[in-house]
Amino acid sequence: MTEPGPPPEPEQSPKPPPAPEPGQGPKPHPATGPGQGTEPGTFAARFDMKQRAGGIAVPIVTVLIAFFMGGVVVAATQHSVHKALLAYRDIFNGAGLNWIFHPTTTILDPTTHLTHLPSYNLSQTLLQTTTLILTGLAVAFAFRAGLFNIGGQGQYFVGIIVANWVGVSFATMSTAPHIVLAVVAATLAGAAWAGIAGVLKATVGAHEVISTIMLNWIAFYVGYWIFGDGGPLQNSTEPFVPVSNDVAHSAQLPVFWGAQGFQGLDIGIFIALGALATFWVLLNRTTLGYEVRAVGFNPDAAAYGGISVKKNIIRAMAISGAFAGLAGAVDMLGYLYHYAQGDFAFSQVGFLGIAVALLGRNTALGTLLSALLFGALLFGTTHGLNSGSVIQPTLASNLTYIIMGLVVLFAGANVLVLYVWNAPRRWLRRRAKAPTDTAEQPA
Amino acid sequence: MPRVADDLVLEMRNIRKEFPGVVANDAVSFDVRRGEVHALLGENGAGKSTLMNILYGLYRPDAGEILLNGKPVSFSSARDAMQAGIGMVHQHFMLIPVMTVAENVVLGTEPVREGIFLDEAAADRRVADMAQTFRFEVDPDALVEDIGVGQQQRVEIMKALYRNADILILDEPTAVLTPQEATDLFEILRTLQREGISIIFISHKLNEVLDIADRITVLRRGKTIETVPRQGATEATLARAMVGREVLLRVEKEPAQPGDVLLTVQDLHVRDDRWIEKVRGLSFDVRAGEIVGIAGVDGNGQTELIDALTGLRRIESGTVTIAGRELSHASARAALDAGMGHIPEDRQRRGLVLEFSIAENLALHDYAKAPDARWGWTFPKRVVQRARALISEFDVRGGGPYTPAGGLSGGNQQKLVAAREISRDPKVLIAAQPTRGLDVGAIEYLHRRLVTERDEGRAILLVSLELDEILSLSDRILVLYEGEIVGEHTGEVSEEEIGLEMLGGGEAEAA
Repeated sequence: MTEPGPPPEPEQSPKPPPAPEPGQGPKPHPATGPGQGTEPGTFAARFDMKQRAGGIAVPIVTVLIAFFMGGVVVAATQHSVHKALLAYRDIFNGAGLNWIFHPTTTILDPTTHLTHLPSYNLSQTLLQTTTLILTGLAVAFAFRAGLFNIGGQGQYFVGIIVANWVGVSFATMSTAPHIVLAVVAATLAGAAWAGIAGVLKATVGAHEVISTIMLNWIAFYVGYWIFGDGGPLQNSTEPFVPVSNDVAHSAQLPVFWGAQGFQGLDIGIFIALGALATFWVLLNRTTLGYEVRAVGFNPDAAAYGGISVKKNIIRAMAISGAFAGLAGAVDMLGYLYHYAQGDFAFSQVGFLGIAVALLGRNTALGTLLSALLFGALLFGTTHGLNSGSVIQPTLASNLTYIIMGLVVLFAGANVLVLYVWNAPRRWLRRRAKAPTDTAEQPA
Repeated sequence: MPRVADDLVLEMRNIRKEFPGVVANDAVSFDVRRGEVHALLGENGAGKSTLMNILYGLYRPDAGEILLNGKPVSFSSARDAMQAGIGMVHQHFMLIPVMTVAENVVLGTEPVREGIFLDEAAADRRVADMAQTFRFEVDPDALVEDIGVGQQQRVEIMKALYRNADILILDEPTAVLTPQEATDLFEILRTLQREGISIIFISHKLNEVLDIADRITVLRRGKTIETVPRQGATEATLARAMVGREVLLRVEKEPAQPGDVLLTVQDLHVRDDRWIEKVRGLSFDVRAGEIVGIAGVDGNGQTELIDALTGLRRIESGTVTIAGRELSHASARAALDAGMGHIPEDRQRRGLVLEFSIAENLALHDYAKAPDARWGWTFPKRVVQRARALISEFDVRGGGPYTPAGGLSGGNQQKLVAAREISRDPKVLIAAQPTRGLDVGAIEYLHRRLVTERDEGRAILLVSLELDEILSLSDRILVLYEGEIVGEHTGEVSEEEIGLEMLGGGEAEAA
């Protein structure tokens, strides 16, 4: 994750009332029904099926367990249960979720020049959420076609590079066309990048997990070179600083909450919400979506139905990559404006997209909610806990990854969560059903 | 006759087993005498498997008792049941293909030498002894992967006998066998019977139950309907007991009135995934208004033939023509559009997307055509509306348009597939194993429907491993052996004659 620029040094805001537990847990669509019987062809398809079989309870339980375990880590290292609770309160506030108690549209008070902290924090959380929605959709769409797109990160990089290139060039264009051009170009570039993996899978059967991982590294090093010293997109003023130029003002997305140029919340979030709606409509209201879902659930039946499986693999990968490329465009044009060589190594959004999709169960609504959760965690832990007042800052920054790791782990171990979830009921049933043991043992 | 009571080796009294929402067994009573073959007859879901799983220690009954040789017993695992002398041969064999027959038989209770080494000689000797006693005709040194299905089944039986089973449960043992192999199996069962071994024979095929059983217990919806001796029982009385109403066992049909040729296959060659030529120069045609049956043992090219005709597999050489349009190298889409209907042999793997709703499954071929869709947009309401009509027309029970297909029973899943294929008004309808795994009621429905569609003027190609089905439905029969047609019959023909050809015996005459 590219670190958002330094926040305006805030005044310590008065302590808000004790906050409720963060993370209400995403509420995805009720599962379309239990998958029964047969084994669909791919790992991803089986996984998707299991994911959707558990209903709404499982993701919530998953998140709660992850939070609990994270709390155990804090309690154990700090020798204090109280501190674990305080840490979660700080994360909650740090993510700006306490904004609901102080709703206001101002971030910087014009008279006192003080930052209204909850508003600022919330705007930053939503900035993270925007990216995660898009990279989450990238993974989710591929999953629905039975494909595991691990290449969101590379497709995001390609989007970043192309958006920067188009945004820096054509500086004489007027705003709207320039933005549209940059966004479309980056989206198509992401689609093409992922499409390579799709073509490889459809033609020679190369597994998309392997090829997308390799494409990630290719994108990584291409970016490293392109923005590096002497690279074609390195900035034109300081020849020894490996960073790109800033995108032209005409290509910057308008900011509607906070200040333009100071990492305010830009209209990218509406682009992301639009992408969510597109995702839903595409899957549920078009023949393309019907084909994607049929191929994802059961490629044999899809082929029997007259659907070309190969065509759909390529197309689904391309659409998946388009979402990730769009994520790169929205970040670049929304608040980054430039990208340094070193930023490539820190960016994690593509991989976080996997966690978002897993927890959101590859549905539109689920992705929205889990992107919100991860966005809040990401910003809340880094900016809520780093005061050092509750726990050491070193643990604070790692706590994000501990909790996210646990969520991914439990989202992956869905079956285990289901098992634990059902354990009390199963135990009761067994007790009730245990036969009154009158029969003597066989000789 | 006091001896009879003494001879009861097993009694299950008032067994009850409930699963969430279903009473699988409701006060079921069942007993077995020494050395008898007792058939357990019932439709799918009647509770046969539950009852046997209780006996085999896999489930615990909620109520009721089990008496073995007059003593009450309670098994908590299959191991307990085996130790008490109960053996079970499942429908799907549990053998290790790369090991020999003898090794498979002794697996888990191997004779050992010096504590840790497998005493292969002793194992071989014991297995050979047993094979001789019961006339199994199996080579103990052969690898399991090299022997046929019928022989593999014998290995399973030997496994049970090796563990001193005196009650043997056979779960649908003939489902995987050719008629000849079934006859051989019955010979073996009679030998076992003479040695005093009791056999519980689970089946839903009436003729073979009447052939082999001494007594027959019929289950219906978890209840014992009756236990009758074979003498006096007929297919009609048993079917009525099973289904609970009169069942038309023979398919009633008028003689065919064949019209124009709708499907022509000429010198067709097809290879399988391993590049082995499975269809070797087939030529035949099917006319409007006739049912052509393809008989053959599984694996003789049926699957590849069907896949080639429906555009799901590339053709090596030869031509396929549907209603005058040549479709030799056409896609599945083109075959569908040319008027091909296809009830596939594996409805769960290929015929349905189990996670899709009934309505979505009904749209599997025409999801992109009006009225289901236009310019890439789908109209779910129209699909649901059509689904409602088809559900009632084809009597699909167990759900509405939004129910996932995976939630339906096998019979209703098959009706769903048939509804989709027939409602597309195909010129040619390929029905592959249309009644596999279905119960008597569903079979009756599908058979009648196929005859109706024939009379509507469709050309129907029936591919089935069930010889009964081929014989009762087909107007013309082609026998397939190793990818070639080795026999063609139009009039009356006996089961034996076709059975012989299925095993390649008819090759001489056909050549």
